[in-house]
Amino acid sequence: MRRPLGSKTLREILLPLGRMLVFVVGAGAVFSCLMLALALLCRGSGVDKLLISTQGIDILSYTLVNLPQVLIDGVTLGFVYAAIALGYTMVYGVLEFINFAHSEIFAIGAFAGVEFLIAMDKLGALAAAGPLGSYLYLTLALVVSMGAAGGMAMLVERVAYRPLREAPKLVPLISAIGVSFALQDIIRLTESLTTGQFYRVMPTFGEFDKRLPLFTIPRGADSSLVDIQVKSIVVIGAAVLMLVALNYIVNATKIGKAIRSVAQDRNTAALMGIGVNAIISFTFLIGGALGGAAGLLYALKFTRIDPFVGFMPGIKAFTAAVLGGIGNLTGALLGGIVLGMLESFAGAYLGTFTMGAFGSEYKDIIAFLVLIIFIIFRPSGLLGEQVSQKA
Amino acid sequence: MPESESHKEEAKMRKRILVALCALAVVSLLFVGCGGTQAKVIKIATQSPLSGGMSAVGTDIKNGAQLAIEQLSGPLVKLGYTVQLAPFDDQGNPDTGVANAKNIVADPAILAVVGHYNSGVQIPSSEEYHSANLVNISPANTNPKVTDRGYAEINRICGRDDVQGAVGAQYAASKGIKSAYVLHDKTAYGQGIAEYFQRQATALGIKVLGFEGTEEKANFDSILTPILASKPQAIYLGGMFDQWAVLIKAARQKSFKGLFLSDDGFDSSDAAKIGGDALLQGAGTYYSTVSGPASVYPGTAKFITDFKAKFGSEPQPFAAQAYDCAAIALAAIQNALAASKGKLPARADVAAAVRALKDFQGITGTINFNAKGDLTKAKYFIIQVTSSDPSKWSANKIDQTLDIEPPQ
Repeated sequence: MRRPLGSKTLREILLPLGRMLVFVVGAGAVFSCLMLALALLCRGSGVDKLLISTQGIDILSYTLVNLPQVLIDGVTLGFVYAAIALGYTMVYGVLEFINFAHSEIFAIGAFAGVEFLIAMDKLGALAAAGPLGSYLYLTLALVVSMGAAGGMAMLVERVAYRPLREAPKLVPLISAIGVSFALQDIIRLTESLTTGQFYRVMPTFGEFDKRLPLFTIPRGADSSLVDIQVKSIVVIGAAVLMLVALNYIVNATKIGKAIRSVAQDRNTAALMGIGVNAIISFTFLIGGALGGAAGLLYALKFTRIDPFVGFMPGIKAFTAAVLGGIGNLTGALLGGIVLGMLESFAGAYLGTFTMGAFGSEYKDIIAFLVLIIFIIFRPSGLLGEQVSQKA
Repeated sequence: MPESESHKEEAKMRKRILVALCALAVVSLLFVGCGGTQAKVIKIATQSPLSGGMSAVGTDIKNGAQLAIEQLSGPLVKLGYTVQLAPFDDQGNPDTGVANAKNIVADPAILAVVGHYNSGVQIPSSEEYHSANLVNISPANTNPKVTDRGYAEINRICGRDDVQGAVGAQYAASKGIKSAYVLHDKTAYGQGIAEYFQRQATALGIKVLGFEGTEEKANFDSILTPILASKPQAIYLGGMFDQWAVLIKAARQKSFKGLFLSDDGFDSSDAAKIGGDALLQGAGTYYSTVSGPASVYPGTAKFITDFKAKFGSEPQPFAAQAYDCAAIALAAIQNALAASKGKLPARADVAAAVRALKDFQGITGTINFNAKGDLTKAKYFIIQVTSSDPSKWSANKIDQTLDIEPPQ
């Protein structure tokens, strides 16, 4: 017998990696081209003249100079969204309902990891850790985040969703919204009772804040430096690793097969000897763990967290999941990257292109507007929903 | 379980619930009865954010007022009144503030309101106070609209944003700043002060490269890209520390070297907690404020000791102002009581008595109100952040102190 296992393993690792590369490059290229086309159209317009008078640069070069930084920010944000979106999409795939408490699972992961790092910082361990040690502590913090968030997700499923599994679809949805509010205030209460703080700040350690210069772009008399922060690389790297691992678990392992079969038909899966409850619990565990890790990565990137930190990323990741086709793992990945890019592009260029009439505060509106328009024409998302087999 | 039995069970359950509800009703009636017998109570309400991100400052506004009531209510106690503090949590949210204001207005024992930290909350809430003739003395609300409506009940013991924004712009010009980018948080307060800054800055020849509002609290990447591309010498931040400390950190990590200038919303030790060393990097971080650290005022030495003894920490900005607000309320109630010969005065009389105070000696200075409820002369400060240690926030360096009359 040949070794089907080995080749399958390799395939399940390389395939998602390839997909990610295609998505990132593809989305980046599409958005860049659209933006440059827009800049070309705007040449000679009021926007162009305003830029030349205030900053001494024409619109096309302005777009070009900012493009690399916008792309880097977009990809980083996109991977964070993708990691959260997977939690929504996995639960939807298995149970066909939106777990609105997932944004709080994300927040719990962020708090657990940051609290762990703060404790380590107080012990002086972080300051003493060398460059390698800092990565070790970050990995440990990720494990803590994933454990706390995954555990909480399982608990939520057991307490709030399992008793309602046979109820009409809207009932667990309401329950999820309730859990979401309850968890927000539980975090708030725990934090104010134990530390008396509302904000927690990620301790600064290691070399995560360092910037690696990539290249410089000449810009009139002076030049603009394009660089990438070490922590952006860490965020992207960690997210890619987790996404590959998840893809492997779902597509190449026995338990993954069980998850897929439960998603396809719960009753038949049960008849085949699959413990449906255990599998659903496991789905929540890995979805939650992924969300928790995303929470810590988010805290690493944006440094400050509060008990309501999960709300906006949660809503956006949910959007990303719908955009990609809910229930579809690859779709969630693509949706996250597209949404991250969209937000980054809108935020960076909107103010300039509208001559300040619409500032970057409208970036979310643009992102959601695009989503609505897109959903009208393609209701099942970019890559299509994956629930058809269920009917 | 057979059906009839389950019915019986259900009926039993219902009866039990009914009994419990009746008991609850009786108990609550008892409580209401108790309230009625204690007649001579005067309450002073505070409204400030006691929970959420701005609770550090908000709690100390409440604590300042509480200290004043404990220390200064002696004369009223002698007249046989009990003076109580009624603290309300407005959560820095206009809706909550207005809902609280309705409750405050409905309680006849409340004769004065000390409060609001956020102008955006004070402005709608004070409409309620105004229609009930209830006096409101504000320790911290700087938006011009607070007093420009000309309500007889609304007073403040701090400066105004139209002056504060201009003071900020003058300071930037004196520092040799030639170009600035203006950001605000889209609240009545933040956007207001940013507009006043922009107006004065343009008049002084500072090039304003952009004027933008954002409610973003974490991800400033895409906002910063065009700002940093326009290479401003300074960034003006109109709004609250919880947003701007994060932005400053993000901008410094993107190697922005210029100067940050903010407003009194930035004045909270939590800014140092969030921003850390980023506040000290580059050309530094400055903020204008209408309330210096408590130690600047000559009369606050005792206040600081008492405050530390009671609450165990340095008073946050506006705590001393809140103390004075409560002191003013108590003095006005006393005067109104004297005029009404010991009868509980009407709310309108208390409001009139506040305006009628002449040369009131507060711990933050001598207080006189003009016809609109502004101070006849208010202090403005420009402060530089000098330490990333939150506990040393009140030791930040005062760069400039100005006494300016409000515009009429």
